[in-house]
Amino acid sequence: MNVQLTVNGGTHRLDVEPRTSLADALRDRLGLTGTTLGCEHGVCGSCTVLVDGTAVRSCLVLAVQAGGADIRTVEGLAGEDGPHPLQEAFAAEHALQCGFCTPGFLMLLAGALAEEPDLDHDERRLNEILASNLCRCTGYAGIRRAAARAAAALRGDGAAAVHEPEGGSAS
Amino acid sequence: MKPPQFDYVAPASVPEAVAVLAERGPHSRVLAGGQSLLIELRYRTARPALVVDVNRIPGLSDITVDDGSVHVGALVRHAQLERARFDDPLAGLFRQVAPYVAHPPVRARGTFAGSLAWAHPASEWCALAMALDAGIELDGPSGPRRVPAASWFRGPFATACLPEELVTGVRLPRPPAGAVAAFAEHRRTHGSFALAAALVMLRVSEGRVDWVRVGLANAADVPLRAVEAERLITGEPPQPDLLAQAAARAAAEADPPDEPHAPAAYRRHALATLVRRCLTRAVETAGAP
Ligand SMILES: Cc1cc2nc3c(=O)[nH]c(=O)nc-3n(C[C@H](O)[C@H](O)[C@H](O)COP(=O)(O)OP(=O)(O)OC[C@H]3O[C@@H](n4cnc5c(N)ncnc54)[C@H](O)[C@@H]3O)c2cc1C
Ligand code: FES
Ligand code: FES
Repeated sequence: MNVQLTVNGGTHRLDVEPRTSLADALRDRLGLTGTTLGCEHGVCGSCTVLVDGTAVRSCLVLAVQAGGADIRTVEGLAGEDGPHPLQEAFAAEHALQCGFCTPGFLMLLAGALAEEPDLDHDERRLNEILASNLCRCTGYAGIRRAAARAAAALRGDGAAAVHEPEGGSAS
Repeated sequence: MKPPQFDYVAPASVPEAVAVLAERGPHSRVLAGGQSLLIELRYRTARPALVVDVNRIPGLSDITVDDGSVHVGALVRHAQLERARFDDPLAGLFRQVAPYVAHPPVRARGTFAGSLAWAHPASEWCALAMALDAGIELDGPSGPRRVPAASWFRGPFATACLPEELVTGVRLPRPPAGAVAAFAEHRRTHGSFALAAALVMLRVSEGRVDWVRVGLANAADVPLRAVEAERLITGEPPQPDLLAQAAARAAAEADPPDEPHAPAAYRRHALATLVRRCLTRAVETAGAP
């Protein structure tokens, strides 16, 4: 079946089997292996991409369903002038170790911060968003700090003053 | 596992979808949010020859409110219900329950009607539909029909929907003005399905409960409405003793299967606690003694 995928602004015509997931089309047909596959059951979130601005599981969308949609993957996050504020924040806050989950978290947060720029001001909501994805390495504290730092940077708040709980973090 | 091979069509209207299903229904599956179907395809518990994607059908994504009822179109996503702002107590219930259904990226795609069609015994929306007498609207070869929730759920993952039929929407009678809602759920981890959940809507008028609904998720192989518990409270002042009695009655109405992490007795205990919490919170919200 033919489908036209618009990924990170570029258009690709593909002939795929209907059973091909969007994740498999991105990885195996377009070589965009930044989108990783952990569980293929919607549980881990490593495959999270943006479809028309909303973070979704690319393992739970068929490629043929995504025709005409605006798809954004981690490969499209950095701009001409360097890494995206989220990527800088993840590096600065040690929000990754093995990095397998990182593309999923970046896209999850890219979607969430576009919708709720003040996400970091609502701790419950931020935790709820971050609990969508699994990280087996970091313990989430760094990811939470990175989310707050990126949110501040995206708002143009300048250097983010991120509140550290007593005793600091493990990193 | 990767899914088995299947053909794919994306009809542009309900009549087109009905025509496809009339011909190939028994060998096909409807695809709504895909947040359960794609997993079933991978486990190969579903092996349809044809997947009928209804996402391109316009007009199924609206929540509409009229005098007597709220209508949820077949493509209304969990996330829409999480943000429901229409002027009815049901909106508050939707907003309370939605955060317990999966997590935000799944809620962005999964549908309310798809949950009812899938009929997982732990589904929060199925318990809500059961408690509030939802009518499930279908279209198929012999025309549209509506099935009340009470005869919709036939067992785990089994409903009154024929393979040739399509769910087009769900109609919920509006609760009386002034009704308040409470929901409580027990689960093993943040992302897990409910081990047990309870939902209460009630109204207190002149110190007495004059309308109440109690729904239970994962309390049996189908969602339940705890009618005996409701009967116990109706017409009475909502005293803590009575609420505890009603909660115990609701748990007795449940018929939970034994599971490795939840023997039946444990789940009954959890249900009684959840129902009591919901009743107590609802009565507090209603501003009664
Ligand atoms: C990680 C994860 C966690 C989850 N946690 C929860 C949870 O806590 N609680 C919960 O209730 N659910 C949970 N779910 C399931 C989720 O809510 C699904 O969205 C829902 O069960 C099915 O809705 P859907 O629109 O995705 O349906 P689909 O996956 O598209 O379809 C499911 C089934 O229903 C049928 N169907 C769907 N729509 C129609 C229709 N209009 N007419 C006829 N048949 C139809 C399909 O043929 C299929 O058999 C979870 C899912 C994931 C991936
Ligand atoms: S690979 Fe998609 S959620 Fe795990
Ligand atoms: S950094 Fe290894 S899983 Fe998150």
